[in-house]
Formats: sequence, C-alpha cells, structure tokens
Amino acid sequence: MSERVELGFDQKVESRDIVITRVDAAVDWMRKNSVWPLPMGLACCGIELMAVGASRFDIARFGAEVMRFSPRQADLMIVAGTCVYKMAGVVRRVWDQMAQPKYCMAMGACASTGGMYRSYAVVQGVDRFLPVDVYISGCPPRPEAVLEGLMALQNQIQQEAAIKGMKSAARSAPTYGQPRGPIIIRGDYAPKVNP
Amino acid sequence: MTPQQASANLPGRIGEPVEFRDEVTVSVERAQIVAACRYLKSDCGFDMLVDLSGVDNYGTDPRFMVVYELCSLANRCHLRLKVSVAEDDLIVDSVTGVWRTADWHEREAFDMFGIRFRNHPNLKRILMWDGYPYHPLRKDFPLAGLPAELPETAVDAGQVQTAAMLGGPFVTAPGTQTSAKREPRQTDTAAERFDKKGAR
Repeated sequence: MSERVELGFDQKVESRDIVITRVDAAVDWMRKNSVWPLPMGLACCGIELMAVGASRFDIARFGAEVMRFSPRQADLMIVAGTCVYKMAGVVRRVWDQMAQPKYCMAMGACASTGGMYRSYAVVQGVDRFLPVDVYISGCPPRPEAVLEGLMALQNQIQQEAAIKGMKSAARSAPTYGQPRGPIIIRGDYAPKVNP
Repeated sequence: MTPQQASANLPGRIGEPVEFRDEVTVSVERAQIVAACRYLKSDCGFDMLVDLSGVDNYGTDPRFMVVYELCSLANRCHLRLKVSVAEDDLIVDSVTGVWRTADWHEREAFDMFGIRFRNHPNLKRILMWDGYPYHPLRKDFPLAGLPAELPETAVDAGQVQTAAMLGGPFVTAPGTQTSAKREPRQTDTAAERFDKKGAR
C-alpha cells in the first residue's frame, strides 16, 4: 500500500508552463526587451539612426522599435548628433521628463566628445550634462554598432537589481557628469558591399 | 543697367569701383549707406539683397566692415557694397527699410561681430542665446570658446567650457593609444592665452 508523493517536480504546476524565477530577473527581462528609445536626432547621426530602425538592421529584433517622441513614454535617450550649447538645455529638459528607469546612449563622435567640432558652440560630449550609459564611436557609427550598444545595454539591464533599486536612493540620485558604468562600443564594422 | 553705370551716380561713393573677375565692388560712406541702397533698388533695379555680412580686419583701422551683396534679377548682374566701421563707433544704419531680408542678416552680423544697426526693428542675437557675452567671429575670439553662463532656462545643463584644441581643431596624435589619450580634452590653454593678451 504505497502512496506516491511528488517531490521536486510538481506535475500540476509545471506541466502548465509555469517557470519559477526571481522577481528581479523577470522584471529585468521584461525591461531589457522593451527598451523604447527616444530618438534625439540632432544632426546627421539621426539619419543613421533611421537606418537602424529600418528593415535591413531592424532594431525591432531587440524590442526597441517603438521610437517615442514623448519623453514620458521612452526609456532610452539616443543622442544622435552634434549638441550645441543652445540645444543642451532642451535636451536636458527632455531627459528630466523621462521616467525612471532611464538610460542614455551617446551615438557617434559628436555626442560622445564633441567630435570634430572643437568649437565655442558645441558641447564637448553630452556627458557634460547627461549620465551616459553607452558611448558609440564612429562618424556616423554603423547601424551594427548601435545594435551592439543596445545589446550591451540589455546585458547591463539584465544585471540590475530592479526591485531593490526602486528603493535605493543611489538609483534615483542624479549622476550627471559621472557615467554610471559606461559601455564603450568601438564599432569596427565595415559597410557591406553587395557583390 | 550695368553695375558700372549704377555706381557712377551712387550717393556716398568713395573712390572708383573696383572690378575683379567681373565682380564690381564699391566703397560707400557709412552715413550714406541707406541712401545708396535706396537709389540702387529704386533707380537701378537691384531688387534683391543676396547677403549682408560683417568682416573683422583685426589690426587695421577702421577695424570692421559691412559687405552688401546685391543682385538685379532683371539685369542679371551683381554689385557689392562695402562700408567701413570703426571699433569705437560700431554702428551702421539698417537697410531693413529697403530690403526686408536684411533683418536676419543684420542680426547675424550683430551676433557674430557686435556691429549694431540703427533703426533695426528687432536687433537681438540670432545664433547664440540672449545674454551670451561675446561675439564669436571676431578675430580675437578663440575658436575653442571662452567659459560663459548658459541661458537661465538651461543652467542645469552646466556651463560653456573651453574646447580642447591642442594647436588646432582637428589635431589627433598618431599611435595606438586610446582615443582619450590621442585626443585629450581638458588640456587646452586657449582661454588662458586669451586672458594674457587681455583683449576682450
């Protein structure tokens, strides 16, 4: 007269497609696959950013195709192009309106360092007034480099303590001028030439 | 009417018209510039002001110059006027009453060189923001810029800082170092050199 006891494997639960995980991991997983970018296209990099969104490179593969022009609906500000001082206040105001958690990508040489514009009018890198998470080299960067930057950012999001971080002051404290943990994408991609 | 004929009876003309590579240039007295422009537009058919710009001939006297590039669509010809302006009396009569397009051109000349235009309807900066203390296209202004405050609406975005130049805007040291070492950012002394010279 033996009674069978289920240990470890629960037929009733696990046959119904239930996965057990940590809340942090689940939240991070959802966040990283729905990074909605705000295309802050300030100059010619904005054109290359359009290519990232178009069919050949297709940023939708990474869940980031929903370009939002409202800062309240966006998670990732992609600063694509040269930022002049007159524009800096506008960019900063848009950034301030984005809801946490938010991320910033400096796309291209100008947004990262001022690029070739060593001049009185150009901000020498948007990290002077924004906390940049990802720097992407190139003038403009290849779309693959932008995608590599996005994937690197996704990896960073996956490792965050999403729930714990909600309560910690460190997460919401402004870190302007001090990058959180910058990812630098070298972006050695050559344009592909069709034979 | 050809540019030569137009400049023959030009009010306030100084010297003879200069012709170089089929381009005619006339110098005009500063006080007579509006009269000259009105004459050229009404009597000679120069109905279009193509460009108006400032020039800084740093080290010469008078230091500044305003250049007017006129075009006659009917006669298919161009004419250039030049007005010299001294630094201690940096004001010219506005020609917005003759060609309305002069409005923004004169604002740009004011913004970049500090040349003021009398009777201009809205003489304020057009490229830099209100309250910016310098005129960037003057020859004694360093390309790298000078520290300055941003407009009130943008103070959170920091301050205007001097760009690193290292002797030129496009200098990159060769080698295999990181880009941060090849293109250093905070090592330039353009602002210091400017301060030593004492020019403002």
